[in-house]
Amino acid sequence: MKIYGVAILAACYFAGLIIGELLGSLFGVKGNLGGVGFAMLFFILLTDWMNKKNLMTEDYAAGISFWTSLYIPIVIAMASIQNVNAAINSGAVAIASGLVATVLSFALIRFLISMLKEEGG
Amino acid sequence: MDAVFQMFLKNGFVLSFLMVGIIMLITQFISQKILRNKIPGVALAIALGLVLASFGGKTGIADIPIFSGMALLGGSMLRDFAIVSTAYGASMIEIKKAGWVGFVSLFVGVFFNFIVGVIFAIIFGYSDPGDIATLASGTCTFIVGPITGNAVGASSEIITLSIAAGVMKVLIVSVVTPLIRSMVGIESKTSAMVFGGVMGTVSGVSAALASINPKLVPYGALTATFYTGIAAILCPSVFYPLLKWILV
Repeated sequence: MKIYGVAILAACYFAGLIIGELLGSLFGVKGNLGGVGFAMLFFILLTDWMNKKNLMTEDYAAGISFWTSLYIPIVIAMASIQNVNAAINSGAVAIASGLVATVLSFALIRFLISMLKEEGG
Repeated sequence: MDAVFQMFLKNGFVLSFLMVGIIMLITQFISQKILRNKIPGVALAIALGLVLASFGGKTGIADIPIFSGMALLGGSMLRDFAIVSTAYGASMIEIKKAGWVGFVSLFVGVFFNFIVGVIFAIIFGYSDPGDIATLASGTCTFIVGPITGNAVGASSEIITLSIAAGVMKVLIVSVVTPLIRSMVGIESKTSAMVFGGVMGTVSGVSAALASINPKLVPYGALTATFYTGIAAILCPSVFYPLLKWILV
């Protein structure tokens, strides 16, 4: 039953969101703080454990993969419902931070990979 | 004619699948046939999504009644649900194979990108900690911007900018990485994991690795997925409170 896979995903989603809500009230913020990240973590741990115990069937996985394949389409829909006209004048901040962060990340990767090589001998 | 229009209006959610399908069809075609896979179709599709949003107002294209279904498909509920599903297949054992450098690269990568985002947000005159955190989260990767933005109640304008910063990153990562691969040193599975762990953008990293060596794609995509998860935790629940505490 594919729906079991989707239900497991939903259970982890809510488990994560509950943590996010708790953190939100802890810091006095109305929103959900990090719930999605915690949900991902729970989902990795649970499905990993299920895989080891052979509880994960191909059917469950198919239910999950359907949602994974919808991720990018959903992101595109998300982009299309933003207030772009209000943002367009301040677009420079997006270009600058994206550009500089990426260029500096290349340097960081080079450094980390060179450390890796030293470690490996 | 009016009956047909009413039908589309009533079935807005289903229409949104058709819309996004068409957007992806067009952008995939441009990416593969015209740009010869130099730029991933995903980045083009998100960019086209942003362009379409400019035809509407506060809620982008969803302001136009016939396209109101996009607001449900692209809303935070389905978005967050789909993000969580992407974690499937990322196992802790795999990440351990990357060793401590792979692990460290994840945290360093998220922190580093966030800091750069914060610095630029401040340079460009933003002072609200929520706005700064949202922009910085988008600098980490395009999906974490909206997640943080929703959590801290940032405006759609700021969320748009955070997506744009992330899309910028996808573009540079996918175009530039193949050109400078020997300089950066991406040649092994472990180095691909470090690359994904520091850059974080799954689509950018996958596209870049595909043109370097397709066998490396799963390794970079794995750490990039972890990066998204860690950033989705750290940005709103650790970095934002810290930023608020420092700035206010």
